[in-house]
Amino acid sequence: LNFAPFTAIVPMACVTAAALAAMTAEAFRSPGERMPIGPLGAIGFIGAALAALLLWDRSASSFGYVVADNFGLFVTLVLVVIGMLSLAISEATLDREHLPRGEYYALMLFATAGMMLMATASDLLVIFLALEVLSLAVYVLTGIRRDSAAAVEAAFKYFLLGAFASAFFLYGIAFTYGVTGSTRLDRIGSLVAAQSMSPTMMQLLAVGLLLIGFAFKVSAVPFHMWTPDAYEGAPPAVTGFMSTGVKAAAFAAFVRVFLSALDPLQPHWAPLVALIAAATMIVGTVVGVVQDNVKRMLAYSSIAHGGYLLVALVAANDTGKGAVLFYLLSYAVANLGAFGIVAILEGEGRSNDRVADYAGLWQRRPAIAALMAIFLLSLGGFPPLGGFIAKWYVFTAAIQGGYTWLAIIGVLTSVVSVFFYLRIVVMMYMTAGPAGLQDSRSAVPGMAGAALLVSAAIVFYLGLLPSRLLDIAAASVRTIF
Amino acid sequence: MTFPILTSLVALPTAGALLLLLIRDDEHDAPLVGRAALVISLLVFAESLLLWARFDPTSADFQFVERYSWIPAFGITYAVGVDGISLLLIVLTAFLTPLALLASWESVHKKMRAFCMCMLILESAMIGVFVSLDLFLFYVFWDAMLIPMYLLIGIWGYERRIYAAVKFILYTMAGSVLMLLAIIGLAYQHRLVNGAYSFDLLRLYDLSLPASLQVWLFLAFALAFAIKVPLFPFHTWLPDAHVEAPTAGSVILAGVLLKMGTYGLVRFAFPLFPAAAILIAPYLALLAVVGIVYGALVAMVQPDMKKLVAYSSVSHLGFVVLGIATMNMQGVQGAVYQMLNHGVSTGGLFLVVGMLSDRRHTRLIGEFGGLKAVMPRLVAAFLLITLASIGLPGLNGFVGEFLILLGAFRWDPRFAAVAATGVILSAVYMLWMFQRVNYGPVTNAKNASLADLKPREWAVLVPIVALCVVMGVFPNAFLRPMEPSIDRMLSHVQEGSPVFARAADAAAPATSEAPEASAPIPVEPQEAEAAR
Repeated sequence: LNFAPFTAIVPMACVTAAALAAMTAEAFRSPGERMPIGPLGAIGFIGAALAALLLWDRSASSFGYVVADNFGLFVTLVLVVIGMLSLAISEATLDREHLPRGEYYALMLFATAGMMLMATASDLLVIFLALEVLSLAVYVLTGIRRDSAAAVEAAFKYFLLGAFASAFFLYGIAFTYGVTGSTRLDRIGSLVAAQSMSPTMMQLLAVGLLLIGFAFKVSAVPFHMWTPDAYEGAPPAVTGFMSTGVKAAAFAAFVRVFLSALDPLQPHWAPLVALIAAATMIVGTVVGVVQDNVKRMLAYSSIAHGGYLLVALVAANDTGKGAVLFYLLSYAVANLGAFGIVAILEGEGRSNDRVADYAGLWQRRPAIAALMAIFLLSLGGFPPLGGFIAKWYVFTAAIQGGYTWLAIIGVLTSVVSVFFYLRIVVMMYMTAGPAGLQDSRSAVPGMAGAALLVSAAIVFYLGLLPSRLLDIAAASVRTIF
Repeated sequence: MTFPILTSLVALPTAGALLLLLIRDDEHDAPLVGRAALVISLLVFAESLLLWARFDPTSADFQFVERYSWIPAFGITYAVGVDGISLLLIVLTAFLTPLALLASWESVHKKMRAFCMCMLILESAMIGVFVSLDLFLFYVFWDAMLIPMYLLIGIWGYERRIYAAVKFILYTMAGSVLMLLAIIGLAYQHRLVNGAYSFDLLRLYDLSLPASLQVWLFLAFALAFAIKVPLFPFHTWLPDAHVEAPTAGSVILAGVLLKMGTYGLVRFAFPLFPAAAILIAPYLALLAVVGIVYGALVAMVQPDMKKLVAYSSVSHLGFVVLGIATMNMQGVQGAVYQMLNHGVSTGGLFLVVGMLSDRRHTRLIGEFGGLKAVMPRLVAAFLLITLASIGLPGLNGFVGEFLILLGAFRWDPRFAAVAATGVILSAVYMLWMFQRVNYGPVTNAKNASLADLKPREWAVLVPIVALCVVMGVFPNAFLRPMEPSIDRMLSHVQEGSPVFARAADAAAPATSEAPEASAPIPVEPQEAEAAR
C-alpha cells in the first residue's frame, strides 16, 4: 500500500479521528459518567499540529485535490490554535448550560477538519465540500442551546443565508467549469491567464458569483446581515470559534482562488473587492459604535476586521498575502480571548453581555478586566500589541499596492473602532459597578484561565517580537504564488 | 560593550512598575507603594542626570546610540540616541515624574498601585518617544503613551473625566494614524529609491522626495503634532483633558506630553520634508500667532484656575511653534528652551492649583481671595512660578520668549509684532488671577484656616522654584548643549530646499506640476540665508 498520496491530508485526518472518537465516547458513555472528551480533541489538534510541522516546506499533495503547501499549513496551524483555545474556553459554558459534551466537541472538531480542508484544497469542488462540512457543523453549534429562542433563531437565520451563499458559490463553480472545463485551480489559472485580455461575460459572471459566496462567508458588507444575529444567539465560546475559524478558512480559500487561479482577472475584480473592503470597514465600525450588547459589538468588530483583511487581499502583493496570514493569527487570538471572557462572565440565567454589565469589573475581578482590556486594545490596534503590527502590515501592503485611499479609510475607521472598544474599558475601569454586587460567580475554570493567559502572551509576543512570524508568513506565501 | 544607558532609562520605569505588582494592593500598603514608586522615579532622574553629565555638548551627532535589528524584513530597527534637542527634554521628563508622584500621595485615594504603575509606564513611553531614532519605534512609543494617560484621566480625574479621557484619546489617535500612513509612505519611498524598506530616521533624512509628495507627508505629520501641541484650532481637547485630569496627570500632560508635538516638528516634520516645511511654515506660524492671542484672551475670562492655566498653555505653546517655524538659530533655540520652561513653570502652576484644590475641593477663582494672609509660603512660591510663566526677566520664561521673538522678528516682523501682544496679555490674565486669589481681604470664611505648605509640599515646590531661577540666570548651561544639534538641523533643512529645487529643475520636463509647486522655493532659502 502506498501512503504517499495521503500525506497532505494527515492534519485534518487527525482532527477527524478525534471527532469520531468523541462521538464514540459519547455513545458508549453511561448516563452520569464524565468522560474527558475535551482532552481527546486536544490530542487530535496536537497530532494535526505535529503533522503540519512535519509537512512544512514539502508541498505534499494528495490526489491533486489537496495541497499541503506552506500557505495552507500556516492556516492549519492557526486553526489548531483556534481549536485549542476554543476547547479550553468551552468548558465553562458546557457545564453551566448542561450542553451535550460529546456532540459539542465532535461538531467543533468536524468543523475544524472542514476548515483545514478548505485552507488546503486546490479544487473548487473540494473547497465547496469543505465549506459545507464546516458550515453544517457550525449551524448546529450555533443552535446547540435548543431551549433558547434566540439561539434557534440565530441558527436558522445563519442556515438560510448560508444556504444562499452556498448556492451562489456552487453556481460560480458551475459557470467556471462551463468556461474552463475544469474545477482544478491550477488548470483554471492557466486557462484564464490565456484569455485574460478579453474575458467573456460568462467568465466575469463566474468570478462575481464566487466573490458573493466568499463575501457571505467572510461576512463582508453587504452580505453581513446574518453575522450580528448569529454571533449574539450562539454561546460565546461558539461565537469565538466561528468568528475566527470560519473567517480564517474562508480567507485562506478566498486568497487561494482569487490570487492564484483568478489572478489574471484581477483588473476586473479588484475595484469591486476594494469597494466591498471599504464598505465593510465603514459599516462594521460605524454600526459597532451604537451597539449595547457586547457580543453584537464584537460581531460588528469582526465584520470590520474582515474589511481590513480584504484590504490586504485586494493589495494583491506578497506583503498583502503575508499580511492576511499574520492578521488572521493576531485577530484570532485576541478575538477568542475576548469571547472567552464573555463566556466566563456569563452567569446562570443571566447572559451578562450588555455593555453596562461590565461596569466596575475592575473592582470585582481585576485580572479578568486587565485581560479583557489587553484583548480589546489589541483588536483596536494599539502598540505594543499584536493587533497593531497586524494593521500596520495590512496598511503597508495597501500603500505598496497603490491603495492609499483604502489605507486612509482603514486608519480612520480604526480610530472609530477604538471608540467602541474603549467603551468597555470605560465601563470596566471608570464606572462604579452596581452597589452590593459582590462576586458571587464561580472562579475561573483552570483551562479557560490558562487559555486566556496564553492568548494574552501571544498577543504580546506578536506585538513585541513579530519578526519571526512575519518572516514565516512572508515565506509561506512565496511557496505557491 | 558599553552600558546601554538609554535602553535602561526607557526600561527602568516599566521594570519598576512591574515590581510594584509584588506589593499588595490595599489601603494599608498605599503609602509603601507611593514611596517605592517615588524611589524608582528618583533613580530614573539620577540616571538622566548621569546622561547629561556624560553628554558631549560640543558634538552635533546623536550620542549613546544603540541599534538592534527588530523587524529586519522591513528594515525596522530598535535604534535610540540623544542629541542636544532631546537630551534636556528627557531630563525634564525624569524631573517632573517624581514631583508629580510626590504631589499625588495624599490626593489619590483609590488604587494607588495602579496609579503609580500608570505613571511609571507613561514615563517609559515618554522617554522612549524622545530617544527613538527609528520612525516605527517612535510611533510605537507615541501611541503606547496614550493608554496610561487615558487611564490616568479616566480613573483618577474629576467629574467629567470619562468624557475628557475619551476625547483626549480619540483626538490624539485621529491625528496620529494619518502620521502612521505617512511613515509607511516614507519607508516605501525609501524602498523605491534604495530597494529596501527603512524606518531609520538618519537614512530617511537623506531621502530627497518630490515636492507634492513632501507636502502631503508633511501635512500628515504636522496634523498629528499640531493636535498634540495643541495648535489652534486643534486645541479643543486640551482644556477638557487638563481640567479633568488629576494633578499628576495635568503636570505630565502640560509638562511633557504637549512638548512631544513641538519636539516632533523639530525632529521629524521639518528635517524630513525641508521643502514642504519652508513652504508651509508661514501658515503654521499664522496658526501659532492666532493661538497665542486666542489662548490668552480665552484664559482671561476663565473662572476656573485649572482651565485658565490650560488655555495659557495654548498661548505659550503657540510661541514654541512660532519659534520653530522661523527656522533660524534664535527662534529654534528659544523654542526648545521654551519647551523646558513651559514644562517647569506650567507644571509648577498645576502643582500649586492642585494643592489649593486638595485643601478646598474647588478650583474656582471666585472661591478664593486673600490667601496671602493665610498661607504666605505657598503664595510666595505661587508668585514666583506665576512670574516665571509670564516671562519676567531673571526667570526662565523671559529667556525663551525673548529668543523666540528675536528669531521671529528677523524672519517676519509681522508675526513678532502680533506675538508680542501675547506677552502682555499673559501678564494680564496671570496677574489678574493671582491678585483675585491671593490679595485683598479673606472674603470666604472657609479660606481663613487653610494650612500652609507641609514638608511634602515643600519638597515638591522647592525644586520647581529653584529651577525657574537657575534657568533664568544661567540659561547658557542649558542652551549650550543644544546649539550644535540645532545648527545641524537648520543647515539640513536649508540645504534640503535648494537640493530639491535643482532636482525639480532637472526633472521639469517630465512632470508639468513640479516647477509650479517648487516656485516659492528659490525665494525662501535666500531669505533664510539672509536671516542667518
